[in-house]
Amino acid sequence: MTDITNILVVGVGGQGIMTATEILAEAAIALGHDVKKTEVAGMAQRGGVVSSHLRFGPKVLSPQIAPGEADVLLAFEAAEGMRWRHMMRPNALALINTGNLTPPVVELGLFEYPVDPIGEMRNSGARVYSFDASAIANELGNIRLGNTVMLGAIADHLSFSAEVLERCVLQRFAKKGEKLIEMNRKAFAAGRKAAADAAKTQGAAEPVPA
Amino acid sequence: MAAVMPAPAQSRLLMSGNEAVSRAVWESGVKVAAAYPGTPATEMLEVIATYPDLYAEWAVNEKTSLEIAFGAAMAGSRAFCAMKHVGLNVASDALMTLTLTGVAGGLVIAVADDVGLSSSQNEQDSRFWGRFAHVPILEPADSQEAYEQTKLAFELSERFQTVVILRMTTRICHVKGLVTVGERVPHVAAGFKKDSARWVMVPGAAQKRIPLMFQREDDLRAEAEITALNFVDSGSDRRVGFITSGPAYMHIKEAYPQAPVLKLGLSYPAPFEKIRAFAVTVEHCVVVEEVEPLLETEIKAQGIKVIGKEILPRQGELAPHVLKPAIGRLLGEEVAEPEKKPARAIAPLPVFPRPPTMCVACPHLGVYYTLAQLRNITISGDIGCYTLGFGHPWNALDACISMGASMGMALGLDKGRGESDKDKKIVAVIGDSTFMHMGMQGLLDIVYNKGNVTVLLLDNRAVGMTGGQDNPGTGRDIHGDPAPRVDFAAIVKALGVKEERVHVVNPYELPTLFKTVREETKIPEPSVIITNQPCVLVDHYHGLKPFTVIDDKCTGCGNCLDTGCPAIHVTKRDSVVKPSGKTVDLAWVRIESSVCTGCGLCVQPCAPDAIVHADKVIQIKALQRH
Repeated sequence: MTDITNILVVGVGGQGIMTATEILAEAAIALGHDVKKTEVAGMAQRGGVVSSHLRFGPKVLSPQIAPGEADVLLAFEAAEGMRWRHMMRPNALALINTGNLTPPVVELGLFEYPVDPIGEMRNSGARVYSFDASAIANELGNIRLGNTVMLGAIADHLSFSAEVLERCVLQRFAKKGEKLIEMNRKAFAAGRKAAADAAKTQGAAEPVPA
Repeated sequence: MAAVMPAPAQSRLLMSGNEAVSRAVWESGVKVAAAYPGTPATEMLEVIATYPDLYAEWAVNEKTSLEIAFGAAMAGSRAFCAMKHVGLNVASDALMTLTLTGVAGGLVIAVADDVGLSSSQNEQDSRFWGRFAHVPILEPADSQEAYEQTKLAFELSERFQTVVILRMTTRICHVKGLVTVGERVPHVAAGFKKDSARWVMVPGAAQKRIPLMFQREDDLRAEAEITALNFVDSGSDRRVGFITSGPAYMHIKEAYPQAPVLKLGLSYPAPFEKIRAFAVTVEHCVVVEEVEPLLETEIKAQGIKVIGKEILPRQGELAPHVLKPAIGRLLGEEVAEPEKKPARAIAPLPVFPRPPTMCVACPHLGVYYTLAQLRNITISGDIGCYTLGFGHPWNALDACISMGASMGMALGLDKGRGESDKDKKIVAVIGDSTFMHMGMQGLLDIVYNKGNVTVLLLDNRAVGMTGGQDNPGTGRDIHGDPAPRVDFAAIVKALGVKEERVHVVNPYELPTLFKTVREETKIPEPSVIITNQPCVLVDHYHGLKPFTVIDDKCTGCGNCLDTGCPAIHVTKRDSVVKPSGKTVDLAWVRIESSVCTGCGLCVQPCAPDAIVHADKVIQIKALQRH
């Protein structure tokens, strides 16, 4: 059903994937959409793979995004972006943090981390905008802002205006003081800019079909 | 968690299935709610505990939680308990007889099946319990239905004086959707009425209740024929029609919006007349259910022609992309969805696995590091974070089946040892919460029957795997308020373990831990080693000064990697040929100081003393919350 938007948010347990998806869901609800959001969260806290599905539109039935049907892939970690590449539609966009998180099985030498996960995604035909969200967050003073940087990055690739999403992000910090709101405002803007810069250097940006 | 003001009626809220059930429990005027944590059911009691005007508790196991809820229902109050699928196995002893007594106040069990096995040891289908215990099963398809069916479940429970099972799955419990909520209606407890013929299930009394139970089941089947929970969506494309329940309904509506569907909200007892009437209206009638072919088998036994698991998987979750190829083949079509071709899906790219790991500085790391050093031992494991000890780098857990089973399995491994296992040391590993849940009886058996087992009781003062819930070992109740705290050393001594065979050790002190485990495994008597450091995820954990690696001093021995701490990362690999001719792999490391909590575990096996306190924490390079 083409009137449903499918957003897949992926990463590693502990990265704040579920919170980010929840904020995206709140933005969609604010615009009057029906929404379903799902993930398998059982052991996510233990550094395992996390994928969170968000579907919104006039009426959402099944909560799961089928392989090949994600409109946007938002990846908080490079190899995790690669892991879920097959979920993307042919014309979908992947927004990827270039940061790596290597699990113990890689440290122990049992498996290898891909040398160039983003290159491999592009080779498979995916449209990818990559940027270092971790560096941006650190520059702004706190790695925890990375979550907001990622949401800023997706903001101009949704079927609604970036301001709606920004409002939902900042609402989360409404009771936590002006300083935190301001930091997140900056992080959101920096994420938007990172994705826009990546679009300029890494390929022509096309809006997601609304 | 303190009680908060619930959102007003008519609010439209983004709620998980667990949150929706919790809201409905509160609105239904429930007085008593109890549960033992278990994924994916855990959040129900966590959320219920935040509502005012009811009693909520963490019970020590699922059987206790059901007995507590049943007690409240005998007193005429409305009562609720929640559990994961395997929890109902534990509670089933109570269930199988309280189905005879029935209830006075409404009693609802929400049971959460882990379809797809995200965090469980099996994938059993809890709908069997409806058949076994002759009680009704309700199956919501999303959060809104979970909310509505919970409220209806209390009405059904009181009308038919039976416990009602609300069957959830992971994709109901953890999916968030919009729910319109309502008002709370207080429920007045009728008070306990003495009636030994009803409440005292001795054989003579139970015999008289059995026909009543069967009559009730017949009445419920008649109800299933007329209830609005079981409805038909008439569709225009009659080539295939579906009979379904639970989350599968949404997948069918998504994949086949034009197909007729008979949707069973009250799926047991099944309405056979309704099903018979529906089946003749379509060319192919397909039963779509997760996991077992229960409805299908019963419908076929009625002589109604349907198709089910011949074309659909019996394991794992259903989804539109699972249904489409199966139904497409049934209809002799290449593509089942006529209006468009499916998206051009590509094969997944190969990426290393990322299994769940123990946390940075987890107190279990030292235990498994130690167990991995010991030879000639068999390690009987249990359910919890420490089950992860079976994985790399420790490979130090040899068996795991169910809560508390480490004790009995260990005793059986001891008593059943063959000649080849004659000198094997038998070790059982169990967590604090699991020990209280179902492990204590097993230890009593080990003591009573003079087993030669060394028990490692890992007391991390939390139900760790489900998110650090409180238990009788934490000294706090479900609201975080002070509660009596159990003394594990005193318990195991009371169970008969000799005073000198009970040790409390700090699992970060590797030499002491190693020496204690080695010595106790040599002594052919039951012994218990209790580790006493808290879970790093609970609020009460305080980290120490982090460590770093002096690059020039690191020799690449890789000993620190054997702890399995995820804060240690390899920077360079090499291999050297020793004078003996043996090739040794080397791995130089760094410590992610920004996530290190200074537990000091890795410092101890480091041969060249290359790990020192970090003066300055280097900025974290990876995007991760801590």
